[in-house]
Amino acid sequence: MESILTKMESPESSISRKRVRRFFEGVYDVYKFVLRFFKEVFVPPYEFKEIIRQCYEIGYKSLAIITLTAFITGMVFTKQSRPSLSEFGATSWLPSLISIAVIRALAPLITALVIAGKVGSNMGAELGSMRVTEQIDAMEVSSTNPFNFLVITRVVAMTIMLPILVTYFGTIGLLGAYLNVHHNELTSFTSFMQDAFASISFLDLFASILKSTVYGFTIAIAGCFKGYNAQQGTVGVGRAANSAVVISMFLIFIEEMVIVQIINYFR
Amino acid sequence: MKRNTSMIDKSVLEISIRDLEKSFGKLDVLTGIDLDVYKGENVVVLGRSGSGKSVLIKIIAGLLKPDNGSVKVLGEEISKLNTKELRRIRLKIGFSFQGSALYDGMTVWENLEFPLVRNKRELTRKQVNEAIEQVLEDVGLLQTIDQMPAELSGGQKKRIGIARMLILKPEIILYDEPTGGLDPVTCVEINNLINKVQEQYNTSSIIITHDLSCARSTGDRLVMLSDGKFLRQGSFEEVFNTDDNRVRSFYNYNFILSQ
Repeated sequence: MESILTKMESPESSISRKRVRRFFEGVYDVYKFVLRFFKEVFVPPYEFKEIIRQCYEIGYKSLAIITLTAFITGMVFTKQSRPSLSEFGATSWLPSLISIAVIRALAPLITALVIAGKVGSNMGAELGSMRVTEQIDAMEVSSTNPFNFLVITRVVAMTIMLPILVTYFGTIGLLGAYLNVHHNELTSFTSFMQDAFASISFLDLFASILKSTVYGFTIAIAGCFKGYNAQQGTVGVGRAANSAVVISMFLIFIEEMVIVQIINYFR
Repeated sequence: MKRNTSMIDKSVLEISIRDLEKSFGKLDVLTGIDLDVYKGENVVVLGRSGSGKSVLIKIIAGLLKPDNGSVKVLGEEISKLNTKELRRIRLKIGFSFQGSALYDGMTVWENLEFPLVRNKRELTRKQVNEAIEQVLEDVGLLQTIDQMPAELSGGQKKRIGIARMLILKPEIILYDEPTGGLDPVTCVEINNLINKVQEQYNTSSIIITHDLSCARSTGDRLVMLSDGKFLRQGSFEEVFNTDDNRVRSFYNYNFILSQ
């Protein structure tokens, strides 16, 4: 009876079964990759020079785009919020509203999405290209550890740099908001900052740093995993870069939801 | 440059392969390979594209795992080694990749420094520089020391790839299509370099190629791989003095291409 049912199985269900199986195999591979990271991250030799180079690549080279994004976000968010608040004569709440929005949500989320697009895709493409041109194999046969040099350095650098970029985003975002508020309400810088930080607690700052650390780790792991395991030539490199971004963004939103729930529990 | 075969030591077996089998899914690539390589010997593995030549040397280097059979390198069963032991034995194996596999984000100097400083941490900065300059002189490309791989020609990339593996002074060298994609003059230069390296560093080599001029000038012994098995082995004349159509057609097509 069972064999008849198996024979009668439609091609669609066979394909979806394969997809489900491939999905779980993929999840298991990621799990092994992350486990390998934690097993090897504290094992010498440490590639400090490469970590610093990666910090420069991830952090310094992203400053321009983060500055622009943060400034515009702060300014536009202020401009869009003003009409609603002015209906109630509450434009003086603008600094509090903006600081809460920027520090609690916008800074970590937008920075992570921008960096996933800029750096995550680059990691996927760079490592993917190294894989398909046998550069990773060349490292292995010369008795070095490519995982240590290529993956651990990138993940560590990204996990360090994203909280710094998020802090920078927050500062520039508030600056953009201040310029708009000052232009309309003639508020002084000191007064704006006092109002802004009066509504921010240590928990908000901690949550922001925690989120950005988790996002940084996620972006780097997704980019490195996809690139390190790229296959099928140049097509594989393109796929690695693309899926590194898609997976990072998907995971960032899920993590945002989970972390916000956890933080709200302590609030 | 003519091969000097006087350095072959038949009493020292460097690579020993028995009943090696490897498949990818339903595709059987290697179906029972036996091969011995002695100290100081250059063995050329000939075969058509897709015949499993590169798979064979990747198994020897521990980049792929065999399905069945035994692969002993310097007396150690390569598939049974753990990561640490594999790294130790890989120090004695040099691998020249088909596409050179130079690290394209690093200069020539950094490409050579990368494996050296990570494997010989006791070396001073001066010793590292001297070793890099020496090996670049050996391959005749000292002037490229500060160049990026993208600025090099195909032949120069192959030479730097060879220099990068020589810097660790390997006992065994695995060449994957050393003359692939090169013009005839550069092919001769690479063949001469392979022979020079063998003499200067006293290495044993497996050279994967489908280029008969490379096989003739670098090989002490040739083996012909087809359908996952070795068809024939021996000297150049012994291998090609046969009525076997697969061997004859391989020879004839090479002859036509070389004209």
